[in-house]
Amino acid sequence: MTATKIAAATAGGDSGTTNAAGQPTATGATGTPLLTVADLQIELITEAGVIRTVDGITFTIHRGETVTIIGESGSGKSTTAMGILRLLPPGLAVISGTVQFQGVDVIAEPRAIEKIRGRTVSLIPQDPMTALSPVHTIGRQLVEAVRLRRPELSRAAATDRAVHLLEQVRIPHPRRQLSSYPYQLSGGMLQRVIIAIALAGEPVLLVADEPTSALDVTVQAGILDLLLDLQENSGVGILMITHDLGVARLVSDRVYVMRDGRFVESGEVEQVVGEPRDDYTRALLAAVPTLGSWDEDPDAGAAAPAGRSATASAETGETR
Amino acid sequence: MTRPFLEVDGLVVDYPVPHGTFRAVDNVSFTVARGETLGIVGESGCGKSTVARSIVRLLTPTAGRILVDGTDIARLNERQLRPLRSRIQMVFQDPYGSLDPHLSAQDIVAEPLRLRGVRSRNGRAAEAARLIDLVGLPSSALHRRPAEFSGGQRQRIGIARALASRPELLVCDEATSALDVSVQAQVLELLRQIQAETHLAYMIISHNLGVVRQLSRNIVVMSEGKVVESGATTDVLTSPRAQVTRALRRAALDPTTMRGRKPRAMVRAGTRPPEATAGDARPETAQEAAR
Repeated sequence: MTATKIAAATAGGDSGTTNAAGQPTATGATGTPLLTVADLQIELITEAGVIRTVDGITFTIHRGETVTIIGESGSGKSTTAMGILRLLPPGLAVISGTVQFQGVDVIAEPRAIEKIRGRTVSLIPQDPMTALSPVHTIGRQLVEAVRLRRPELSRAAATDRAVHLLEQVRIPHPRRQLSSYPYQLSGGMLQRVIIAIALAGEPVLLVADEPTSALDVTVQAGILDLLLDLQENSGVGILMITHDLGVARLVSDRVYVMRDGRFVESGEVEQVVGEPRDDYTRALLAAVPTLGSWDEDPDAGAAAPAGRSATASAETGETR
Repeated sequence: MTRPFLEVDGLVVDYPVPHGTFRAVDNVSFTVARGETLGIVGESGCGKSTVARSIVRLLTPTAGRILVDGTDIARLNERQLRPLRSRIQMVFQDPYGSLDPHLSAQDIVAEPLRLRGVRSRNGRAAEAARLIDLVGLPSSALHRRPAEFSGGQRQRIGIARALASRPELLVCDEATSALDVSVQAQVLELLRQIQAETHLAYMIISHNLGVVRQLSRNIVVMSEGKVVESGATTDVLTSPRAQVTRALRRAALDPTTMRGRKPRAMVRAGTRPPEATAGDARPETAQEAAR
């Protein structure tokens, strides 16, 4: 057990470390990181010339970990997400370096991504309002995702699985919602449907690109809470892409602060947010409008389901 | 006691829906004093933007009074509104959609000057250049078009355009929501400076409590078309009473004061559902120990 502790404690960013004591996990991996990114470079070919959007970044994600890339617009954080999923058009983006999903390198073997995307790794996009087809029901789109992963399932069994997935993302009356169209659901509910579709592939890694930026803060709390619970229950790894330091602080194990295609600072979230070393990180933190302390009654807080995640500070009495 | 610049009294706005009407704003009242800032917060759909659009009379309210310096503008027609429009200006949320893409920054800012009665072309150009300088853009910006600017720069042009009419009240509807946090901080600082120099009043409409707190002395919290809480910003944010305000306060993720949930999640990792295997627990347990 001690060896495991040390391995996990030193896992921060080193691709060579293992995270489990050689025991096979549910995914069949033996301590291989879910994702290993090494010296990734992405150049985008634009009318204005070739732009190096991502300039040599390195990180790893292990089971049960949330790794967050924080950056402002133009930092290269979303390009990183799209690049590692090989979703950038080949003619417009030149990628080099290493991107391994459980040991399979999708830079060296671009076609390998076909079997990984939607299975080993799923994407949760930013805007739930435009991510679904407006002319098909939630059920049809979810069942389609289920059957892509499990073609052997009968129609009825696939539908049952779809209902189960909607339950998992805490959508009330899941069976009834199957016949709803996207326009009939709120943004928060749609993002839950998107997460259900992402889970249909039974991924070991979720890439969440600003998953709550289009949502109200109270709705955001519920979605982040859901993602953390899913992670707690299944050990799914999460690559979170966000501009929001508050979101990063809430969900992350490790964070990477990205600027102009490079990581300017990285480390445990508490350390980076609590004691930032880099000037840019400090400036970012200083720019966040603060709210100061308030007299929150912890009992009142427990009554509101959406607030559960954000009550942490009151419960632990931490106001640093 | 002098009369506040803006008094909104019993404002009601109904929108037509297929079978009847939807009351978007329901009996909303507040005042904005000269040179001061009122914040309006609430979740999407609470009616805050409809209030903003009523005050600048982009729509006609169903009932209620909107007194601008004592004159009720709630039911005035377009011709009657004309001379009053310059007094209240709006800065919109979307810095990409609210500027004419064909005009240069200078022309965008100069346009309202024509309405203000600046007759000479040179006079308008000079005043537009002064305003563009005031909002912190270089003189090289004058002849560029909106597409050539970043989001923050466009929002500065939007502010310069609003200022061109010499308004007494500026309504900012989520004016910094689309901006990066560091750019947002710069725009908020610009608004603060302008207010200190010109004694302009603001209405800051936002879903972001932090943004509202930074600028507003007073705050109104809306939910489902109604005002659920109002008062001095410090009091409302320190001791919120309404359920909605408390929920907003609780959900706000302030990285400087909050604590992450991840360590707690890992502590609770012992409570795992039956579908997880014993092997699953190991990495999590190790990570928990690593903290």
